[in-house]
Amino acid sequence: MKFGVVVFPGSNCDDDMVHVLGTVMGCEVKKLWHKDTDLGNLSTQDCIVLPGGFSYGDYLRAGAIARFSPIMQSVINFAKAGGYVWGICNGFQILCEAGLLPGILLPNEQQKFICKNVWIRIESLQSPLTATLSAGEALKIPIAHAEGRYYADKATIDQLEVNGQILFRYCDANGHITPQSNPNGSLHHIAGICNANRNVVGMMPHPERCAEEILGNTDGRKLFKSLLATTRLTV
Amino acid sequence: MKYIAEIDVMPREELLDPQGKTVALNMKHVGVAGVADVRIGKHIRMVIEAADESEARQKVETACDKLLANVIMETYTYTLQLLDE
Repeated sequence: MKFGVVVFPGSNCDDDMVHVLGTVMGCEVKKLWHKDTDLGNLSTQDCIVLPGGFSYGDYLRAGAIARFSPIMQSVINFAKAGGYVWGICNGFQILCEAGLLPGILLPNEQQKFICKNVWIRIESLQSPLTATLSAGEALKIPIAHAEGRYYADKATIDQLEVNGQILFRYCDANGHITPQSNPNGSLHHIAGICNANRNVVGMMPHPERCAEEILGNTDGRKLFKSLLATTRLTV
Repeated sequence: MKYIAEIDVMPREELLDPQGKTVALNMKHVGVAGVADVRIGKHIRMVIEAADESEARQKVETACDKLLANVIMETYTYTLQLLDE
């Protein structure tokens, strides 16, 4: 599996992602520039990552303007053809604005930018990111966002629940869903979801920030390992 | 013809607006009592070239539906006026 990491004006987690994919996981990875439409040699067996950051300064709404950049039309076609797309933080916001994932990320309940470690519980193994993990397992992954309060109408949320499209929920260190463990007011404690075809995934926490021993936490690496293992290419 | 569109984008009524809530809670520090509710949205002014009013309306609505507002979380209203040259 090869990777393309999209760089928008204002992306700031692109280098971390390229480092983890290339140096830590040993994968072939290249950056994709927002003004281009060419995805190069990426096939639908490969994965495009929309990294975290503040694309276009979060003007208007987080992700609203990035969603119309030239590369995104190619990313939308790639996703519709079955290619893997993984959006983290601002990438998740962009995927929602683009309509590749349902719902939207609203400003945090407390009107604050939150940057801290949180725990998320694996809810569904039916996605390449979670397939090799255990349901109910809690991972410690940092969040860093001002707009992370997941919202969708009731019918959409019901559908996500029934289809097992909710991949991660905010929880405490023991994997319990408590009111205190929801950092931003997300509906149903949602921290990450996938689309119905399970090839598009969005999540607010940053696994690329906790994938190496030197950083004191390697929980994020489990998601990278699962993605590579399920797509049948070992590290 | 040039038209000026005055667009208001507001968070949907059923959604918590943390910005508005914080402002409302702090009105007491400004010495203003009796503020029951505050909701904060955006005002956008856009000057458009269009052949007629109907084309101008179409342009404003396309801009709002596709970019200026996200209908999952926001509603919009607008007024349109012919600009004097």
